[in-house]
Amino acid sequence: MKLPEVAGLFLAFLARLITGAQGHWHGSPPKAEQRIYFANHQSHFDWVLIWAALPRELRTITRPIAARDYWTSSPFKHWITREVFNAVYVSRQRTDDEDPLEPLMEALRHGDSLVIFPEGTRGNKGDPAVFKAGLFHLAGAFPEVQLIPAWIDNVQRVMPKGEVVPVPILCSVTFGAPLALQPGEDKRAFLERARQAVIALRSVA
Amino acid sequence: MGSLRALSVSQQVGLLFVLLFGVLTLVTVIAVSGSVRERDARAQTMFDRFVRDLRAVWLGAVLFWVSWASGAFVSTLLFGVLSFLALREFVTLTHTRRGDHRSLLLAFFVVLPLQYGIVATEHFDLFTVFVPVYVFLAIPVVSAFGNDPQRFLERTAKIQWGIMVCVYGMSHAPALLLLDLPRYEDRGAFMVLYLVIVVATAQIAQELASRRLRRRPVARAISRSFSWRAWWIGALSAALIGALLYWATPFKPIPALVMGFVAGGSGTFGEFVMKALKRDAGVRSWGGRASVTGAIGLLDRVAPLCFAAPVFFHSVRWYFGFR
Repeated sequence: MKLPEVAGLFLAFLARLITGAQGHWHGSPPKAEQRIYFANHQSHFDWVLIWAALPRELRTITRPIAARDYWTSSPFKHWITREVFNAVYVSRQRTDDEDPLEPLMEALRHGDSLVIFPEGTRGNKGDPAVFKAGLFHLAGAFPEVQLIPAWIDNVQRVMPKGEVVPVPILCSVTFGAPLALQPGEDKRAFLERARQAVIALRSVA
Repeated sequence: MGSLRALSVSQQVGLLFVLLFGVLTLVTVIAVSGSVRERDARAQTMFDRFVRDLRAVWLGAVLFWVSWASGAFVSTLLFGVLSFLALREFVTLTHTRRGDHRSLLLAFFVVLPLQYGIVATEHFDLFTVFVPVYVFLAIPVVSAFGNDPQRFLERTAKIQWGIMVCVYGMSHAPALLLLDLPRYEDRGAFMVLYLVIVVATAQIAQELASRRLRRRPVARAISRSFSWRAWWIGALSAALIGALLYWATPFKPIPALVMGFVAGGSGTFGEFVMKALKRDAGVRSWGGRASVTGAIGLLDRVAPLCFAAPVFFHSVRWYFGFR
């Protein structure tokens, strides 16, 4: 076993020790199919939680999105996102000649699964904010990839904004039934439907 | 049973574990052979719950055996981990606010390791006062620095209660390992095993009795199964089992009976209190079922131990006239 693998196992163990990281599957079994998981976003811990809640064999093929400028700024950050999490880097600065979704499309063409937080930024308590259009474009470009909504519960208590050390509190991730873009569906209608699918999982959990 | 007393320590321990695992194997064989029978839905859920509990008992027994085989240090560590998991579940159930973050960090990462460290290094004077005095005063100070006056007393009280039960209460179990009882050196593991067996007996007997008896519950809003008669049956069964095990303890038969009664009775009260707490937190499911936050029902299982251990610990110390 190589160092990144060991580090990954250790991180997953740590996440499970601190939060329990329970994954509940309602409507879609944990299978090694190509998927885009989309979830509510409340803390920096969200990605690790989803990742730890996935079965081990799904972790290697499921990749997060990381902001290039922040996550490559130090050797350690770069190493952990590149080697351990196998992150897809996106740049936050928009340039005219480059589609910001291109790295994601590249990964999907490659056959990988992605985890995205369509709200864009971390929200506060309550309902998630309106979803950004990225999910719609990905759904349109890759109709064969399953879109799985996920609800992350309780994580804002583990690490509130501004704190660095997480408090051990149990969290759960609820994965729902796959969603598909209907033919001719309007962008706003689809994004709202996706958002409602995430919110609906709150009461299922 | 006098002859049992004359056996060497390792022989007695061996016998106890053979007995324990023998009974468990017997129960498991009966359960497995009964699992093919057809049942109606209600009986099936009851059977499923029984199987789950049985699995938990197996896990506990194996853990015990491992901790006995590897000495006092490892068992203290094991109880520390158990304490951590119980406190984690407790905090999940209570409503804390952002301002409590630092107090919770203090509880989990400073108080808990320190308390078990004190147990492991046998500082018994500090052990009894550390949480009730020093931590009691430190937590509100740290909470106040959180700059959030809303429900301040309530929040601090909750955290303190959690620490008292999950950390302080539980830490009395490994502390038994380290008591220097007269003519009973290096046999602390027995005391822990004795405690766990009588508490578990009280639990099971009370559960069975309340199912059979269908008495009027004492506090219907909290628990539909808790009745005084069931409590007495639980505590007296614990007393009986405790007396039967007297040869493995430093007690004479009658004190062993009383100790079993005290530990079993207080343990059952502990479970009752935890039920009230879960009701307050809005958790309906009881036992092994995962709830909203993924709480796994560990707290229900260890709560009797958390309540019984301090009572038992101090009863033992008084009995032998420690100051």
